[in-house]
Amino acid sequence: MATAKKKTAKKNAKRAPAKPGVAVLVSTRKGAWIYRSDAARREWKTSGPHFLGHVINHMVLDPRDGRTLLAAAKTGHLGPTIFHSTDLGKTWKEAKKPPAFAKSPSGMRDRSVDHTFWLTPAHANEPNVWYAGTSPQGLFRSEDGGVTWAPFANFHDDPKFREWFGSEQDGTPDGPKMHSVIVDPRDPKHLYFAMSGGGVHETRDGGKSWSTLVDGLDVVEGFDPKNIAFHDPHCVRMSPSDPDRLWQQNHCGIYRLDRPSTRWIRVGKAMPKKVGDIGLPMVVHPRDADTAWVFPMDGTSVWPRTSPDGLPGTFVTRNGGKTWKRQIEGLPVKEAWWTVKRQAMAADSANPVGVYFGTTSGEVWASRTEGEKWTVLAQHLPEIYAVETAEIG
Amino acid sequence: MKVLIPTPLRSYTRQKRLVEADGITVGAVLADLDRQFPGIRFRMVDEHDRMRRHMRLFVNGEQVFDLSRPLKAADEIAIVQALSGG
Repeated sequence: MATAKKKTAKKNAKRAPAKPGVAVLVSTRKGAWIYRSDAARREWKTSGPHFLGHVINHMVLDPRDGRTLLAAAKTGHLGPTIFHSTDLGKTWKEAKKPPAFAKSPSGMRDRSVDHTFWLTPAHANEPNVWYAGTSPQGLFRSEDGGVTWAPFANFHDDPKFREWFGSEQDGTPDGPKMHSVIVDPRDPKHLYFAMSGGGVHETRDGGKSWSTLVDGLDVVEGFDPKNIAFHDPHCVRMSPSDPDRLWQQNHCGIYRLDRPSTRWIRVGKAMPKKVGDIGLPMVVHPRDADTAWVFPMDGTSVWPRTSPDGLPGTFVTRNGGKTWKRQIEGLPVKEAWWTVKRQAMAADSANPVGVYFGTTSGEVWASRTEGEKWTVLAQHLPEIYAVETAEIG
Repeated sequence: MKVLIPTPLRSYTRQKRLVEADGITVGAVLADLDRQFPGIRFRMVDEHDRMRRHMRLFVNGEQVFDLSRPLKAADEIAIVQALSGG
């Protein structure tokens, strides 16, 4: 009898679908690396460097086909391009037509794409469609898996948007960014994007018209929050389990927005006063819209952009931002003067969730326990610009 | 005419240092390079036909920014990276 049970169990085990493995995609100032593991996430295999010497701002695997990988690249001297791979980075091909602005109307300054900063696969019903956000701020779309790109936004030369874009002096130290391009999984025509600076924006008609979403957001003291140009969202995320809930790490605090409301609530006020609620990245739990992680940064005086007091750590909320808990086990306890950039923190979809972040000092940290304990996955890499995860077979 | 390719762009030219390209202007030569080595032009010249900030192009040792600059068959072109970035 026992033998029969064992045989049945063995047979069922064979039939049960294997739990997916995890890939951690790391983009840096000097190239890209891919780390792969099985569902246990204990042992990692490395591939890379890919594009050694290239600035890779973002690398994303298409969850719709599980095989198309896009990487946004440039070098210090050469212009921007986008590479694509369908074998998890074994071979790469370059875009035939990378994102590029159209000529502007007479009297308006022509803008050139300096680099693609953000990549987002479009809706599940739109295979091969991708969006790209650039610096300076522009929104582009590819309908062939990243091979050719065309301006998507109808606002690139809109005088109002031009004012909100500002000049190169109005963006981040590395140039103004279009980022956080988000597609509503219920509606391919419902998109969000954010600009540093230039606020959060939304379309419900596939880009024909856009509205701003800045109500409730603070701006730097002394400036008028009614002026969209003064709004600096650092990272906006949609909750995977509840597309009506948005989270935002802003230049001026941590916020939550529950649609259909259009007013952001500053949930970062519940963070410890000594730490504050300034930071760059934001990550949401894949199955619990009340759970999110941030990585606080020193935004005082001249904005050192380091961990406050040299003490890095994630903070997690499990109740929609009412309270926050510090998570530092395994991380340096003093003199760690690095931070985490806006797209350099990500979660996988395993249970418990794996959380990963890459530092400005070139380390990748991983937690298989939803941030409760951290270990180093990689070190001595160049400055890390982006970390993404993907399910792999 | 002969065109000297800098090391960062040789991934496009199968690592060739010197390549042949035709054209009666600088812009036409760059277009011919892009025909032979797809993608190479956009790494040097932006979408509004401006040489990128850190790229330089010399014709017979003379620095050129104007893509409409006429060329003769015997001219030699050198594409280099600006000495910037430390």
